[in-house]
Amino acid sequence: MLDRLDYEAVGLISGLEVHQQLRTKHKLFCRCPAGLYTETHDGEVLRHMRPTLSELGEYDGTALMEFKTKKEIVYLLNHLNVCTYEMDDTPPFLVNQEAIDASIELCLMMNMDIIDEIHIARKQYLDGSIPTGFQRTAIIGVNGSLPFHGRDLTITHVSVEEDSCREVRDKGHQIVWRTDRLGMPLTETVTGPELRTPQEVRDAILLCGMTARSTQRVRTGIGASRQDVNVSVRGGDRVEIKGVPRAGYAVKLVHNEGIRQYNLLKLREELHRRGFTTRESIRVHPFDVSDICAGADLGFLRQAPSNGGKIFAVKVEGVAGLALHPTQPDTTFLDELSGRIRVIACLDEAPIVLSGALLPEFPGKHRMLERLRKRVRIKENDDYFIVFGPEEDCRTAADEIRLRFADATQGIPKETRQALVGGFTTFERILPGPDRMYPDTDSPPTPVTEARVATLRARLRPPPWERIERYMSWRVPEETCHYLIRRGGAEILDAVIEKTGVDGLVAAIAIGQHTRAMKRAGVPVERLGAGEWMQIFDLLTDGRIPRESIPVIAASVAKDGVSAEAAAAAAGVAMEPRERWLESVDRLTMDGYLAGKTDTPGKRLRFLTGRAVDQLLGKAPAKDVAEYLRQKLTEVPS
Amino acid sequence: MSAPETPISERSDCFQGYRGPARDALAKFSIGVWSEVEIVNDQGSAFVGVILPRSETADDQHVVIKLFNGYNVGIRADRIASAKETGYKKAVYKIPEKAFPFDPKKKSVTLLGTGGTIASRLDYRTGAVIPAFTPGELYGAVPELADIANLDTQKLFGVFSENMGPEQYKALAIAIGREIEKGVDGIVVGHGTDTMSHTGAILSFMVQNSPVPIVIVGSQRSSDRPSSDAALNLMNAVRTAAECEISEVMLCMFGPTSDNYDLLHRGTRCRKMHSSYRSTFRTIGATPLATVSRYPKVPGGSHFTYISQEILRRDKTRKPVINPSFEEKVTIQYYYPNFNPDIIDGLSAMGYRGMVIAGTGLGHVNKPIYPALKRAIQKGMTVVMTVQTLWGFAQMYVYDTGRDLLDLGIIPLDNMLIETAYMKLAWVLGQADDPTTIREMMTTPINHEIESREPHNGYLILQGGLPEVDAFVQKHWK
Repeated sequence: MLDRLDYEAVGLISGLEVHQQLRTKHKLFCRCPAGLYTETHDGEVLRHMRPTLSELGEYDGTALMEFKTKKEIVYLLNHLNVCTYEMDDTPPFLVNQEAIDASIELCLMMNMDIIDEIHIARKQYLDGSIPTGFQRTAIIGVNGSLPFHGRDLTITHVSVEEDSCREVRDKGHQIVWRTDRLGMPLTETVTGPELRTPQEVRDAILLCGMTARSTQRVRTGIGASRQDVNVSVRGGDRVEIKGVPRAGYAVKLVHNEGIRQYNLLKLREELHRRGFTTRESIRVHPFDVSDICAGADLGFLRQAPSNGGKIFAVKVEGVAGLALHPTQPDTTFLDELSGRIRVIACLDEAPIVLSGALLPEFPGKHRMLERLRKRVRIKENDDYFIVFGPEEDCRTAADEIRLRFADATQGIPKETRQALVGGFTTFERILPGPDRMYPDTDSPPTPVTEARVATLRARLRPPPWERIERYMSWRVPEETCHYLIRRGGAEILDAVIEKTGVDGLVAAIAIGQHTRAMKRAGVPVERLGAGEWMQIFDLLTDGRIPRESIPVIAASVAKDGVSAEAAAAAAGVAMEPRERWLESVDRLTMDGYLAGKTDTPGKRLRFLTGRAVDQLLGKAPAKDVAEYLRQKLTEVPS
Repeated sequence: MSAPETPISERSDCFQGYRGPARDALAKFSIGVWSEVEIVNDQGSAFVGVILPRSETADDQHVVIKLFNGYNVGIRADRIASAKETGYKKAVYKIPEKAFPFDPKKKSVTLLGTGGTIASRLDYRTGAVIPAFTPGELYGAVPELADIANLDTQKLFGVFSENMGPEQYKALAIAIGREIEKGVDGIVVGHGTDTMSHTGAILSFMVQNSPVPIVIVGSQRSSDRPSSDAALNLMNAVRTAAECEISEVMLCMFGPTSDNYDLLHRGTRCRKMHSSYRSTFRTIGATPLATVSRYPKVPGGSHFTYISQEILRRDKTRKPVINPSFEEKVTIQYYYPNFNPDIIDGLSAMGYRGMVIAGTGLGHVNKPIYPALKRAIQKGMTVVMTVQTLWGFAQMYVYDTGRDLLDLGIIPLDNMLIETAYMKLAWVLGQADDPTTIREMMTTPINHEIESREPHNGYLILQGGLPEVDAFVQKHWK
């Protein structure tokens, strides 16, 4: 099995589609509140989806596949966050201009060319994630770039689109969706296929995230940003890994997909070696073997017929042994078959599909296998697969087995794969093409004037790379810079520095590191806004508090909701006037100091300094105390 | 991409919808609609795709291009720095058309097409949806129809629902008569939804005693959408035409908004009650006739649940009466406070022969218009009274106002719906002149346009008569 992959040698290429919810008051095409999530519902609607024609008159492959699944789609509605628009009983209202503005700002931050006239398109999704059967979406900007690893990362385009439903459950022929999130505006940022390693993918996700957050126009929190990662290797094809929740997860997912494609290309070689070079060369024969298998002492096979289902053996000519060909680490081609069968044939009772060679031991197994082989007239190079469930679904499954082997003769099927925990992926759907796009006849185009773009450009916040460069010139650690930008601290930092003139590094450490520690300790740091930090840094720049006391004061401000001044007083850290603390230092003695023969003046100085700093913590600047003592001790010869 | 074979000058309508600067830009770079192009703008951004026709209502500043990723964008004409045609491909928006399979065991149904969104496609000229599918193409889109009946299709006309009028009504009635003569088991009429109930009403009068069901069907979500109700409505309508016991003019549209069942509404008794909901049609002043669903409740069972007992049953030996008469000089006047009597005098002077008043409450208008009404009636206008409330009866004996109006010669139409009254009056005046005959015809119900009894559970916004709705109402009726 292949664990290591030379990314350059296999020609791994990756690109991103980063989805980011916008922080608007209302949804994109109706007046429902955005961002109001509910876990209960007060209405249900049942729908089905049928494929339609695209504008250029072709059926989309994904659409046909999803039609084959014949799903009953149920939507859960709550009147708090859904109106008749979401349930597709009212046409769209004019597009939310707040969302268009926010999207334009994101585009401008990435140095993009803003589209002169925005056209809303419909992008078909028949999985039910959107009740209309399509997502309304529009390109806002094209031709941008981000500074990345010493080069430019191309941003192909940014679109604004409506968010989809949240899946509640998907079992058999029924899928259930919650509609609260449906229709919330989000942007999709598409990069060029220019990322060459899993690590670069992770870094690009982080960069896109920081850029979006720098606009101050996006939502944060769970589900507010999601990314799809496109991966291919040389000779392979584009596979989209959908729903990567965090940048860090991308590393293993991309690596494993690289391995999967590498292995599938090897499988193609083997198929070609056996003479299967065309899709048509794959021959499949389904047989109803319920009578043979029903007696088998295996739970799932016993249950199938008793639930009115059937057991089918699907013979595939000439593919003996290939089901066990490796794909991702620890998975085989059998998993590719089961993914397709689960999604398209809706057979989702584990183990979904069995290879005859892999049946577990049970009494009478050999006799049963003998009868099976006879029934399906198996030859030496053939293999067969067992599926069970409703007869119609078993027949769909047989066809999917044929289609998946047919795809394997050609290489890597273009598909969307769902990210699973552990860095693995499973089939979600066939990758949709441009044929699923058609214009939204319900919405007029929106011209974008130069004046509008100029106004938005003027209010643009600094991009992350500019801030990182500035902060790092103050010697702020890079990780702290990222934290500040991601968590919104950078906006506070810039404001505080401008207003109070505090040293940049000091403020950055306080806002970017101390708050992080406080947050871990359970302090409600979100209460620390620019105003609170300005109070604290005013005290510091006026010399009224020592630097060391900042975390204590900040924690107190956040926890107790008091002013910085009150917090400083309560903590007893208000600075004493210089004369007062000089007196205290002068009164310090060498009591308790146990002298040794080899003691140097330096050792005694350290003893006294330690004692002084302890005594004057929060009342005098430690650096000044040490300096005073050093001068004093060198002046007086011992 | 193929090299363009037809020179731009020889293509018809290569600037379709483009005007002014946008058209000039296309001409300048020798590109046109359906050109495959690479356009570069003044910022160096490249757009690769197909030039689309421009909606005529859109401005003249932008060129619309469909990018190869499927998105459309508008590029301002004066920002185009260069443009090069690399190919030319005219889009053909067509669904696969297949011959309908014939099964001698199945009933025969004729689908008459009139237009509307049950048969629609995109129009590049306006960017809107236009009625364009031939009924034959419908089979390509809804192959399930073959499991229900043997379908013959005829496109009578392709008009929006709002453009249906006397000419179409007459043609439709005659076509239905012809199909009945041929011996079909049922007729489906594809129709836009806006005036579907108007057509339901007029056909109820023009085609009486039909031996087979006449089912009008449409869709509230156009068939160019995956979530369209068109396919299910059509399947249920064809099922109704082929198998339903009720042999009347009916509308077959969604009961609830879910893909669940369709309601069969009597042509004289229903109305579109929501501008966009799927379940927009409601029977008024009565309960719907039946429900029809795609799958029977029990395997092998009936697809229908009959709600009303008073129905005309299917009987192929019965001879229909086709009477396509229509007087066009008929109007509806919706009364409101400050309604000016001049309107009535004006209509009378223009030769209007009939007027349906939608009165307030039990059927009232105010005194200042009495003289005008009197003049109009004396001049020979038939004036009938219906109620704005939609539910309930015009009962003009209750108040003096009503009695005064009766004295003027106004004919109260009980609980006849406003639009139904309009259609009936037009139909009656199309064949009668004598006031006594007119009054007699107007007040004698032909197909439940006047209900003598209103069912106690009929008046329910959620459409009473259905068990689940009744259960709901019982639960919440305090």
